[in-house]
Amino acid sequence: MSQAVGINFKKSSIDALIAGFMALVLFGPIVGVVLDGYGFNTEFGKVAWMIAAVAIGRFAVSSFLQTEKGIAMAFRYANNNDGVEVLPPGHKSKMVWVIPLVIVIGLLVPFIASKYILTVIILGLIYVLLGLGLNIVVGLAGLLDLGFVGFYAIGAYGLALGYENLGLGFWSMLPIAAIMAAVAGAILGFPVLRMHGDYLAIVTLGFGEIIRLVLTNWASFTHGPNGVSAPLPTFFGLEFKRRSRDGETFHEFFNIPYDSAYKYMFIYIVLFAVVWAVLFIKHRLVKMPIGRAWEALREDEIACRSLGLNHVLVKLSAFMLGASTGGLAGVFFATYQGFVNPSSFTFFESALILAIVVLGGMGSTLGVVIAAFCLTVLPEMLREFAEYRVLMFGILMVVMMIWKPRGIVRVTRTGFAARKGVVK
Amino acid sequence: MTTLMEFKNVDVHYGPIQALKGVSLTVEEGEIVTLIGANGAGKSTLLMSIFGQPRISSGEIIYRGEDISQKSAHYVASHGLAQSPEGRRIFPSMSVEENLLMGTIPIGMDHAEEDMQHMFGLFPRLLERRNQRASTMSGGEQQMLAIARALMSRPKLLLLDEPSLGLAPIIVKQIFQILKDVASTGMTIFLVEQNANHALKLANRGYVMVNGEIRMTGTGEELLVNPEVREAYLGGH
Repeated sequence: MSQAVGINFKKSSIDALIAGFMALVLFGPIVGVVLDGYGFNTEFGKVAWMIAAVAIGRFAVSSFLQTEKGIAMAFRYANNNDGVEVLPPGHKSKMVWVIPLVIVIGLLVPFIASKYILTVIILGLIYVLLGLGLNIVVGLAGLLDLGFVGFYAIGAYGLALGYENLGLGFWSMLPIAAIMAAVAGAILGFPVLRMHGDYLAIVTLGFGEIIRLVLTNWASFTHGPNGVSAPLPTFFGLEFKRRSRDGETFHEFFNIPYDSAYKYMFIYIVLFAVVWAVLFIKHRLVKMPIGRAWEALREDEIACRSLGLNHVLVKLSAFMLGASTGGLAGVFFATYQGFVNPSSFTFFESALILAIVVLGGMGSTLGVVIAAFCLTVLPEMLREFAEYRVLMFGILMVVMMIWKPRGIVRVTRTGFAARKGVVK
Repeated sequence: MTTLMEFKNVDVHYGPIQALKGVSLTVEEGEIVTLIGANGAGKSTLLMSIFGQPRISSGEIIYRGEDISQKSAHYVASHGLAQSPEGRRIFPSMSVEENLLMGTIPIGMDHAEEDMQHMFGLFPRLLERRNQRASTMSGGEQQMLAIARALMSRPKLLLLDEPSLGLAPIIVKQIFQILKDVASTGMTIFLVEQNANHALKLANRGYVMVNGEIRMTGTGEELLVNPEVREAYLGGH
C-alpha cells in the first residue's frame, strides 16, 4: 500500500454528491412529507439539512480514506483475514474496569427505568442468554444449529407445565428446566454426531419444528395453541401479586403500595445475575481443555480425530451446554410473559438467535451481547416501522456480510499456554 | 527386537469395495518401516484403520500384544500411537504453540512445557514462529508442525501419512532429514509414502502395496534396487 498520498477532491465531491442524492431519495418522503390530517405539509428545510449533513459527512469520510491513515484503516477492514485474532497468553485486557461499571449500571437500571423500558431490557437479556447458548454450539464448536428454539420452548413449557402439573415454582424449575433442555440436547446431539454442516442444519431444523408441532398438537397435555399460564418468581416465598390466597405478598410484607413493576424489577435482577453467571462460566470454559477442544473441532474435525480427541464427548458437551442455556432463557421468557403458547417458538426465533450470533461475531461473547440488544431493543424502539422489521434484518445481514463478515466484534481470544511442566 | 505392531490378514471394505485384501505386516521396535504404493493402493486406508476409521472387516491389528482393531480412536491415541495425518491438518487459526498443545490431548498437559522445548530443539523453525498463526506458515513448516504435534503425545510409534505431499523437493529433503533425526532418538516410525525414493532410502524395511495387497517386502536397499519397484515407482532408471 505505498501509493502517493494526495487527496483527490474531485473523487470526494462525487462521493458526496452520490450520498446526497441517496439521502434525498431516502429522507425526502420519510422526513420531508409530514401527514397533517387528510393533507400533508412539506418540510424541505429539514430534508435539506439532513442531505447536507450526509453529503458533508461522506465528503469527510471520502477525504479521510485517501490520507495515509485512512488507507491503512481501509486496508485493515478490507483485509479481514479469516480466523481468530490470538492474543498472547496471559494477556490482560485494559478494559477490565468496564465490568464493574456495567454491573453497577445494570443494578441501577430497575430503579431508574420505567416499567416499559425495563420489560424491553428483560427481553434483551433473554436474547443475550439465547445468543450465548447458541454461541457455544455454532460459534465455538462450529455445529450449525437451526433448531435452537426447541430448547427455548422446552425451558418455557417446562416452567408452565411443571407448575400446572407438579406445582413446581420458578426457583425449582430454573435448574430442572436447564437439565431438561440439556437432556434434550443430548438426545438431539447423539444421532447427529456423524453429520456436518448442511446435514446437521437440516436435522436440527427438523428438531425445532418437531418440538413446536408437539406443543401445538398434544392438546391434552400442553393445551395446544391456547397456551399455558406460567407462574411468577417468588421472593423468599413472597408473591408479587396484588393479593395472594396463601400467605403474604411482597408489598404487604414490606408495607409498600402495590406496583406491578416490582415483579419485573425482580425478574430483571435475577436474570441479570444469571446472565453474568453464564458469561463467567463460558469465560472459564473457553480457557479449559474442553473449550480448546471445541475450537479445535470447529477448525478441523479430522485432525481432532487423528489426535485421539473424543469427539463424541466434545460435541455432546457443546450441545448440552448450549441447550441448557437456551432452557434457562425459556424459563425467564415464560415467567416474564406469564403465559406461553407454541407461536412464540417458530423458526423465525431460531433464525433471529442465529442472526444474533452471526452479527455479533461467531464465538465472540461481547459481540453476541451487543447484537442481542440491537436486534431486540431496536425493533421495540422503532415500533412505527414494525412491518419493515424483517426487511431491515435482511438488509442489515447483507450489509454486515459485505463489510464485516466476521461480525460486530471480531473474535479475539487469549492464547493458551502450557501449565508449568512437571519434570519427572 | 520385539514386535510393536502387527497387521494379521486385515480386510477393509468400503461398502461393496474391498480396499485392503488380507494385509499382513509387522513393525519392530526401533525400526523405520515404510509402505509405498501408487494412488489408491490403500495406504491411507491401512493407516486410518489403526484408528478405527474405517473399522476393519476381518483380521487383527495387534499393538503391544493387544488387538486394537475395535478400540476407539482416543483409546489408541492415548496408548502411544500418534499420527500425522495426510494433508497435515493443522489447526489454521491457532498459533504454533497452541497446535503443539493440542497434541497433548491424549496424555494431558503435565509434560507440555518440557516437550515443547524438545520440539523447538528438533524444529528450530517452529521456535521462530511459535506465536504465529499456523495458517500463515509455508507448507514445509506446516508439515514440521504436524509431525511435532504428533510427537507431543510421547508416542511409542509414530505414524506418518505422506509427509512429502505437496512440498518442493528441497523441503522434502529437509523433512526426511528431520525424520532421520527423530528416528535416531529411538522412535519407531511407520511411514506411508508415494515418494518411494526418499522413503526407501530412509527406511530399514519396506512394503510395496498394489491394489490393496502387499506385493513385495524387503529391506530399504533391496527394494530400492529391485527392478520391478524401480519400474513402477522410481521412474525406471
